[in-house]
Amino acid sequence: MDLTLWTYEGPPHVGAMRVATAMRGIHYVLHAPQGDSYADLLFTMIERRGARPPVTYTTFEARDLGADTAELFKTAIREAYDRFAPEAIIVGASCTAELLQDDPGGLARAVNLPIPVIPLELPAYRKKENWGSAETFCRLTRALAGAPRHREFGARPRCNILGPTALGFRHRDDVQEISRLLGQIGIDIGVTAPLGATPHDLTRLYDADFNVVLYPEVALPAAQWLEKAYGQPFTRTVPIGVGPTRAFVAEVAALAGVDASPTLRDATSRLPWYSRSVDSTYLTGKRVFVFGDATHAIAAARVARAEFGFRVVGLGTYSREFAREVREAAEACGAEPLITDDYLEVEAKVGELRPELVLGTQMERHIAKRLGIPCAVISAPVHVQDFPARYSPQMGFEGANVLFDSWVHPLMMGLEEHLLTMFREDKEFHDGATPSHLGAKTRVAPPIAAPAAKTLDVSAAETVAATPGVEDGSQTAWSADAEKELKKIPFFVRGRARGNTERFARERGLTAITVGTLYDAKAHFGR
Amino acid sequence: MNAPVPLGQEGTVSIIGCEAAPILRERGQREVFCGLTGIVWLHRKIQDAFFLVVGSRTCAHLLQSAAGVMIFAEPRFATAILTERDLAGVADIDDELDGVVSRLLERRPDIKLLFLVGSCPSEVIKIDLKRAAVRLSLNHSPRVRILAYSGSGIETTFTQGEDACLAALVPSLPSESPDSERSLLVAGALADVVEDQFARVFDALGIGPVRFLPMRRAADCPQVGPKTLFLLAQPFLGDTARALEERGAKRLSAPFPLGSEGTTLWLQAAADAFAVPAERFDAATAEGRARAETSLARHRQTLSGKRVFFFPDSQLEIPLARFLSRELAMDPIEVGAPYINRQLVASELELLPEGPTLSEGQNVDRQLDRCRAARPDLIVCGLGLANPLEAEGFATKWSIELIFTPIQGYEQAGDLAELFARPLVRRDLLEV
Ligand code: SF4
Repeated sequence: MDLTLWTYEGPPHVGAMRVATAMRGIHYVLHAPQGDSYADLLFTMIERRGARPPVTYTTFEARDLGADTAELFKTAIREAYDRFAPEAIIVGASCTAELLQDDPGGLARAVNLPIPVIPLELPAYRKKENWGSAETFCRLTRALAGAPRHREFGARPRCNILGPTALGFRHRDDVQEISRLLGQIGIDIGVTAPLGATPHDLTRLYDADFNVVLYPEVALPAAQWLEKAYGQPFTRTVPIGVGPTRAFVAEVAALAGVDASPTLRDATSRLPWYSRSVDSTYLTGKRVFVFGDATHAIAAARVARAEFGFRVVGLGTYSREFAREVREAAEACGAEPLITDDYLEVEAKVGELRPELVLGTQMERHIAKRLGIPCAVISAPVHVQDFPARYSPQMGFEGANVLFDSWVHPLMMGLEEHLLTMFREDKEFHDGATPSHLGAKTRVAPPIAAPAAKTLDVSAAETVAATPGVEDGSQTAWSADAEKELKKIPFFVRGRARGNTERFARERGLTAITVGTLYDAKAHFGR
Repeated sequence: MNAPVPLGQEGTVSIIGCEAAPILRERGQREVFCGLTGIVWLHRKIQDAFFLVVGSRTCAHLLQSAAGVMIFAEPRFATAILTERDLAGVADIDDELDGVVSRLLERRPDIKLLFLVGSCPSEVIKIDLKRAAVRLSLNHSPRVRILAYSGSGIETTFTQGEDACLAALVPSLPSESPDSERSLLVAGALADVVEDQFARVFDALGIGPVRFLPMRRAADCPQVGPKTLFLLAQPFLGDTARALEERGAKRLSAPFPLGSEGTTLWLQAAADAFAVPAERFDAATAEGRARAETSLARHRQTLSGKRVFFFPDSQLEIPLARFLSRELAMDPIEVGAPYINRQLVASELELLPEGPTLSEGQNVDRQLDRCRAARPDLIVCGLGLANPLEAEGFATKWSIELIFTPIQGYEQAGDLAELFARPLVRRDLLEV
């Protein structure tokens, strides 16, 4: 049993729903109890979809268990076929149905429908949502792609775009941005899948020179299979940030055998200049904590370092499937890796590292809010706010502009930050002050002491805190003067200053912290 | 579980309205939450209770999705997610559960009452949480009381989770001394503000002592016994009613306190039982009734004559249809409920005008067909259906808001009407 408060990923059948809902002409018959239909609201409310997900829940009840849940499944699939007339059906079991062992695949075969019926095996007690999406997409691809054929010789270069799903973080806009970019380079797009594709479209996957893998979490297994089956290579670069987008352009141009230099010459993004303009110098070395799915977390860490001049102090993911990649990326930017799907562990880490900016998911947004740290969302799990009305891709050159705006927006402006530091006694510069462009709401005061990382106390936020200065049972007392001096440090770095000073004192066996100790520690730790 | 009493089958004597109207019984795909969802409001109501679901990742995801971000700050619920080790018998379920509970209670010294909540997976593999609760209580009493109930989707729909929770609480409630005065117990979670209003009205009526279930704090368990009369504040509490009756308490039958009329009849049932003189009743309720009337009048113009269609969801459908038709002159076309407990809604059905189809259970696709054909002015439905129906051009009111908003009593009658008026007003307002 794993004790879980909040989860980063749903069960694997929700991953399958993200694929089915993204596509057209497909239906998912899910052996499940009534309550599992909650998943519909993820799509209709969070993503504001104007249609129900194409899912039939068999809705078995306790009284069916002794009787015939298998018959219920057959009725459901027959009725779904009659009513929705899909081109293909996928069938599977939710966590409860998995225990009944009704074998949806076998039952579906027995019904003998005149369309492809693809059974899914998604072990609900072992796997999770992203894996479910990847597995479903790969199954569909293998079942529908057909026998390998060869492309017509001398045709214009063409690729497929693989990976975008329903409920994906900005997938809709990323597809648009990357499609436009590919068009500029002179590469045609065969199939984009799952988003917007029909089962019939999947039969045309062979008809492309290579595949663009936008989201490895979803598309990697399918792309690997296509590589084996049709000899189609696939892209490894995720075009998030200016540098990676340029690398991506070069990569696809090489795969397509076209010249990328005109595109690279004409490419414009405001990020490089905005980042170099003097106003941005205050971004230098800002300590950021990055957490998300592996694709977005790795990309964000790189962009934070190389294109914003931030210092990445922590980099983590809940995608255990990509733990190795994330560890390597963390090492590359000198940050601590964190591979976990335990929300409390992430919270403790943020509390311990005290970053100046958090780039995370909606979960980290809550953590950051509680600790009074600015935050921008970079990855699923998503929230209704992650489906903005305006065009806001994360990928490509326009995506880089979006990153610049959305990561800088939560921060204090450059001069504002200086003034706040210099004139602590101005009454508008109290501890609760938020950046002036973010309105007048008061910020929740952060806990005085950094929450003890190891206790995993979920109530940490309510009961603000361990007595300042008491850690490991050893007592380091703050003198009144030092305490007063500490207050002059802006609240968003104060927690760290306090922690560093106490550590400094402890390491030197000092029992009292004076103003001198405070500045000694400052000199010792640097920024 | 409460077997729904069949209604309107052969031989029912027709009384008034649609008491004997035939019921359309549907079977098929349901678009309803399971009983786990009740945790979302119950954990807020009982301030020192914790709800530990023993289930799957799906259960955890459901709770998170239903709860949304509004309560993200500090949940007093969690899921012990079963893994393959538990299913394969590699891990001993009792040991695992003991470990999880100990860790949890260590971390949350503020918890005084712990519910172990069963789910579909735990029911299917037959984990006996009742027995586990007894065992764990021994280890953790007197600091924490541990009870168990099932919120599984194979046994409960949406609000039935509250019923199961309260029914599990009842046997552990302290006994009223046999020579005490008569007392009134109000069962069913209400917003604190509503509870306080009702307490004031009962006080004005001279009825007392009045107690509420669920209580706000674990230590304040209401007493119950043969001198207890109880009123249900919610229509989905069949098992709770039965459990209270087993303790000797007596149920006062009444419509539910939705709208001015519903509130009056509900209070009246208590007043009659406690022999409150008519003048005193009028005096104590006159102001409330007048205020409710004023606030309802504001919405009558928007709502009157509008046709409303209910998809089954919270079990509030029948009382709401009664309120909307009698107090706001709306015209219910179909009133769907996940299940109909005839005993509990008898007084509601007596008041419901003839006309609407009553449906029980669901086949969502067929019901959508009926709904589209009927072209109602307003559809009351769950979150999974609302946006798709709006996209088809219908106005909808999502029913979960009816559970998360204070709607009972005189002072909330106008707010309740406004919930239904808002989608219609909004449509008139928008020019895009
Ligand atoms: S329907 Fe069953 S499996 Fe699904 S969330 Fe509810 S209790 Fe869990």
